[in-house]
Amino acid sequence: MELIEHSARDLLGLLDRGEITCEELTTAYLEAIRQRDTKVQAFVSVQAADALEQARRVDEKRRRGQPLGKLAGLPVAIKDVLCTQGVPTTCCSKILQNFIPPYDAHVIERLKQEDAVLIGKTNMDEFAMGSSTENSAFQITRNPWDLERTPGGSSGGSAAAVAACEVPLSIGSDTGGSIRQPASLCGIVGLKPTYGRVSRYGLVAFASSLDQVGPFGHEVYDVALLMEVIAGHDKRDSTSVPEPVPPYREKLEEPVRPLTIGVACEYFGEGLDAEVERAVREALEVYRRLGATVRDVSLPHSKYAVATYYIVATAEASSNLARYDGVHYGYRAKKFDNMIHMYSRTRGEGFGPEVKRRIMLGTYVLSRGYYEAYYLKALKVRRLIKEDFDKAFAECDVIAGPTSPTPAFKIGERVADPLAMYLSDIYTISCNLAGIAGISIPCGFTKSGLPIGLQLLAPPFAEEKLLRIARMYERETDWHQQRPRL
Amino acid sequence: MSAELPYRVVIGLEVHVQLLTETKLFCGCSTKFGLPPNSATCPVCIGMPGVLPVMNRRAFELALKAALALNADIAPFTKWDRKNYYYPDLPKNYQISQYDLPFSRNGWLEIPTAQGKKKVRLIRVHLEEDAGKMLHDETGMGRDSLVDLNRAGTPLLEIVTRPDMNSPEEARLFLEELRLLLRELKVSDCEMQEGSLRVDANINIHIPQGDGYVATPIVEVKNLNSFRSVERAMAYEAQRQYEEFRRTGKKLGEVPKATAGWDEDHGVTVVQRRKEEASDYRYFPEPDLVPVLVDQAWLERIRAELPELPSVRRERFQTQYQLSAYDAGVIVSQGLAFADYFEKVAQLTGDAKAAANWCTNQVLQVLNERKITIESFPLPAESLADLIRKQRQYNVNPQRAREVFAEMLKSGEAAETIIRRLGLDVSFSTEQLRELVRKSLASQPKAVADLRAGKAKAMDALVGQVMRETRGKAPADEVRRLIQEELAQTPA
Ligand SMILES: [Zn+2]
Repeated sequence: MELIEHSARDLLGLLDRGEITCEELTTAYLEAIRQRDTKVQAFVSVQAADALEQARRVDEKRRRGQPLGKLAGLPVAIKDVLCTQGVPTTCCSKILQNFIPPYDAHVIERLKQEDAVLIGKTNMDEFAMGSSTENSAFQITRNPWDLERTPGGSSGGSAAAVAACEVPLSIGSDTGGSIRQPASLCGIVGLKPTYGRVSRYGLVAFASSLDQVGPFGHEVYDVALLMEVIAGHDKRDSTSVPEPVPPYREKLEEPVRPLTIGVACEYFGEGLDAEVERAVREALEVYRRLGATVRDVSLPHSKYAVATYYIVATAEASSNLARYDGVHYGYRAKKFDNMIHMYSRTRGEGFGPEVKRRIMLGTYVLSRGYYEAYYLKALKVRRLIKEDFDKAFAECDVIAGPTSPTPAFKIGERVADPLAMYLSDIYTISCNLAGIAGISIPCGFTKSGLPIGLQLLAPPFAEEKLLRIARMYERETDWHQQRPRL
Repeated sequence: MSAELPYRVVIGLEVHVQLLTETKLFCGCSTKFGLPPNSATCPVCIGMPGVLPVMNRRAFELALKAALALNADIAPFTKWDRKNYYYPDLPKNYQISQYDLPFSRNGWLEIPTAQGKKKVRLIRVHLEEDAGKMLHDETGMGRDSLVDLNRAGTPLLEIVTRPDMNSPEEARLFLEELRLLLRELKVSDCEMQEGSLRVDANINIHIPQGDGYVATPIVEVKNLNSFRSVERAMAYEAQRQYEEFRRTGKKLGEVPKATAGWDEDHGVTVVQRRKEEASDYRYFPEPDLVPVLVDQAWLERIRAELPELPSVRRERFQTQYQLSAYDAGVIVSQGLAFADYFEKVAQLTGDAKAAANWCTNQVLQVLNERKITIESFPLPAESLADLIRKQRQYNVNPQRAREVFAEMLKSGEAAETIIRRLGLDVSFSTEQLRELVRKSLASQPKAVADLRAGKAKAMDALVGQVMRETRGKAPADEVRRLIQEELAQTPA
């Protein structure tokens, strides 16, 4: 195994034992980015000089025997939706192309405090709106397992960067599946924490009541490590919850016993790829062999999840994105006649088609005369979806199913059909609507060599248990040790 | 209804006041007025990507305090909503406000009108963030407009009344009473000039017709920059609506609601636009903030902090000090410090009537002339009380006492010192005075005859002689009383 192909867990060991320095490690990843990213195009900006400087600082600390942070010297890539002080934060939109935040997101502060090496910002669907990273205003990221295919999205850059071994760890955001779906399509681990578990301060908002920041890694241990760093209360985010953060790695190797896995028939419906279904059913067999009870649970309102999501998320987005108007920062149209014209040209030129589509949708569902029929009704259905999960979790520890109905699809395949694209998130969206936790872990490959992901959903703030249950499966398999040839 | 007007005026007010917090409603920036443009800003209040609001609990408590003093019902559960509209002084292009679940509803404020006390009912009081300020180019050279975001995010209380005011004067009285209350509660400084109090007024008129009346279309009047302009604008607009109705016959509901601006210089309202339909602000619950739960214990704690309210103080002054409603009104309306000053003087002298007289006349006159408040008035309550006591002791007449007062203000000396210097420390026995009065009557038979014939002016000559003889030290009122007594005893 090449150095860059190691998990974060292994790399920490190498660093601890002094077998490599942070500088060497960072140099290796910068070299990997240089060689591989021309093909993968996961990064939109690389802060090579800053990263090397930080790596040398960590090496120096280690030499002097000073206390080191949990991530000491590990390179981490950041989805370009998190504000980084002094570093462009674009949301892969023309409208924020030249925006340099004067402050760090909470998550960035935490990573810095734990001595991470921030190596670069990754590509994404514009404002996290999309499931293939094709909606980026700058570039198209390729799936490292098949460069003709998408890495999923919207955090496709962060997922592809880890899968391509250009970085061992990365951070994404998940509003309707944007961490789990690309993790699944790229054959890595991705966790969407409970709503309120990770501060959203500095996360550029798409849909405030659904957005959560979360980690990517090759292994469950790696995302557990990142969770220890990024989770926790932050008084700057009123919706962040003051629950203590458990040391997620401590009991990671302890199996959960007794264990009941719920299986919802709603997650095995029409449109589910046969190879994906078989891989997921085999994963359930693994759990059975480990002594788990697998039982049916019902999530009857799942069928309304996509519709509900596209009302709630777009409504919030239409308001959240109103601030990009060319007045105070960001892109401003060059030519305009008056104020209204300046607004419309700036936004017309600055936003891509999917963002415009969602702003229009959201504006529509909030408008007088439609509010009750769409937005209010969606809020009611959202409550029903949450109640479905409450009932289901009374009978099981986690709910297992496919993360995505299909493996990675071809670039361009769904661009012309937004509805087909929206259905990529059919199994991940309910989790955001209900505010619960979810993880995607590798559970196999298709005959053509595309990764398949298993999704496990857990009740709010049950991340510790969720990670342990995920680890139980991971120990029995070696899917997470596979690396694409690039 | 004013007797001379052929219609009844109906006014409802929408008042915005800035809360006296150190920091803004959702970030830690200063709310100080007059700082250099855009210096009191941060990523949160300029609406940068990724920022989140955090509620200022102090602002919410001030709002609760105001609502409790306004007798409003406090909601146990209240939430925030986004009001979406585009304007460059609103950096997020939505305002965090309260829509369907404001923190308080109903309530009333009692105002002292000439016809007695009147309750003006409130519809709701809610909390929201202020916008920034636009500075438009006024050179006529078409330069860019500038935006100052120092004010953006300042906590703002919106108070909406029912249309319970029936004259321009009542509208002004409501605003004066509201300002007095909010200032005493230290909720807001209510400075219209600095924009910490802003008023929009909705007005129409009811014109008697048959057994009932017809109502004219409602007009919302804006750009009111003083209480005086509110009163003037309401009077003008009422009459304008009357004349328009006589000309067009248009009634409420037949034309869309209009907005008018008050032109202070020309003293006219100018109708700006008629809204075909209300704007659609696409309100929805603010997902970045959690609802606020107000429990009984919190409310009780705020309630316990409430000081005596002006309306209660007015009542108390009438019963405790036997002041007239008018005097109590004048004293209380000057604010708590002034009322305290009066109370101290009244208690030190045991003569509330004299204390009220001095406070509402001489003291107030000085404050107005010097444009100062009682806090910087040079005479402490003890000194004024001393003057009142000495005036009584030496039987100093009111005019001379006012001279002593003026001298005290000028020199800072004690009342006694000045009284001695002016030679006013002489007291006349009634018998001495009666002797002087008799002399005066005897030497001026014509004046006596005139007075008997009902010419009141003749009294001046008779009093005047006594005053001359005593070099002005005789108490004129007493002299006058003795003259009348003498005349009554000696029939013509
Ligand atoms: Zn601020």
